[in-house]
Amino acid sequence: MNWKKSFIPLINPLSKDNPVIVQILGICSALAVTAKMEPAVVMAISVTAVLAFANVIISLIRKTIPTSIRIIVQLLVVAALVVIVDQVLKAYTYDVSKALSVFIGLIITNCIIMGRLEAFALNNTPWASFLDGVGNGLGYGIILVIVSFFRELLGSGTLFGCQIFPQAWYEAGYMNNGLMILPPMALIVVGCIIWVHRSINKDLQE
Amino acid sequence: MENLNLFIRSIFIDNMIFAYFLGMCSFLAVSKNVKTAFGLGVAVTFVLIIALPVTWCINEFILKPGALSWLGQEYADADLSFLGLIMFIAVIAALVQILEMVIEKYAPALYNSLGIFLPLIAVNCAILGAVLFMQQRDFSNAWTATVYGAGSGIGWLLAITCLAAIRERLDQSKVPAPLRGVGITFIITGLMGIAFMSFLGIKL
Repeated sequence: MNWKKSFIPLINPLSKDNPVIVQILGICSALAVTAKMEPAVVMAISVTAVLAFANVIISLIRKTIPTSIRIIVQLLVVAALVVIVDQVLKAYTYDVSKALSVFIGLIITNCIIMGRLEAFALNNTPWASFLDGVGNGLGYGIILVIVSFFRELLGSGTLFGCQIFPQAWYEAGYMNNGLMILPPMALIVVGCIIWVHRSINKDLQE
Repeated sequence: MENLNLFIRSIFIDNMIFAYFLGMCSFLAVSKNVKTAFGLGVAVTFVLIIALPVTWCINEFILKPGALSWLGQEYADADLSFLGLIMFIAVIAALVQILEMVIEKYAPALYNSLGIFLPLIAVNCAILGAVLFMQQRDFSNAWTATVYGAGSGIGWLLAITCLAAIRERLDQSKVPAPLRGVGITFIITGLMGIAFMSFLGIKL
């Protein structure tokens, strides 16, 4: 196995096999936390961490899990990891943890995690699973960052809370687009990202 | 009256899909025809109606800070709220398992058409989301929690049935190739969300 081949699980999910816009997994949180960049980045990091470690753990015990109860086992492993992430966030970044509210808990039911555990970790070695977890987490993170970039820039004129548009623009009559902050625009922005992505990758078109 | 208000709010204003994006995965995947979508919506509503009072009791009598005081004085300081996520997901998974067996026995046709999505209700964010919102809002009794569950479930059912109906018609229309399938579904859901925003501010 050469060097390039072993990193396929890491590279593929970034664009061609992106969990959000190609596999359509983990949409809920991808949309809900993207009104501002900061919570979106924290969410992306949390999901990547949970996904990578859950993948490794399930991959390590994959030969001992009876198939009939594997869903419960997976849920418990993920839930335990999410509890750890939740406590860490509460301890170190309390404001962001408040802003994310229930969505940290909802990482448990993030379909990306269950999907990757079922589709990859159950049949692959721990190292490959780890790369797959990190890759999918990053693929998810990219979409979160793109969506939140547009929503925060157009909706509040800021990025990470810093003013981007100069005050003079507002005095000249520019107004923030309040609609971008509201939930439905997240869906439309993701729809547009899918549109662009599929125009470039023609083989993904239905 | 307050419960009625909560019920209406959770259907139209705090709609699980349009306001919180919960349960989007199965929402997008199962909304290809109305019948299946309706079946899944009913199943989700059913699980919500049962899961919310059960988890409310667990939260009230086991998890809350000081909730264990009914066991005796020495437990009065116990705070098990960090166990919440694990407990809730285990209860939901068990409920879904039971529901799956019941549907398989009494409605095999529905069971076949729901396929993989029935066990996946366990990881449907709408259920865990409603439970976590219930915990956050601190409802005063189990009845209010049940009303909230029913409202959220019916809101979800309404959303998925509407989308499925639109998608059935969409099959006959000309959509640009890169937008076909998922892309247009996202944009339609967004437009439906904007339509639902007109309910904002309803108060009974």
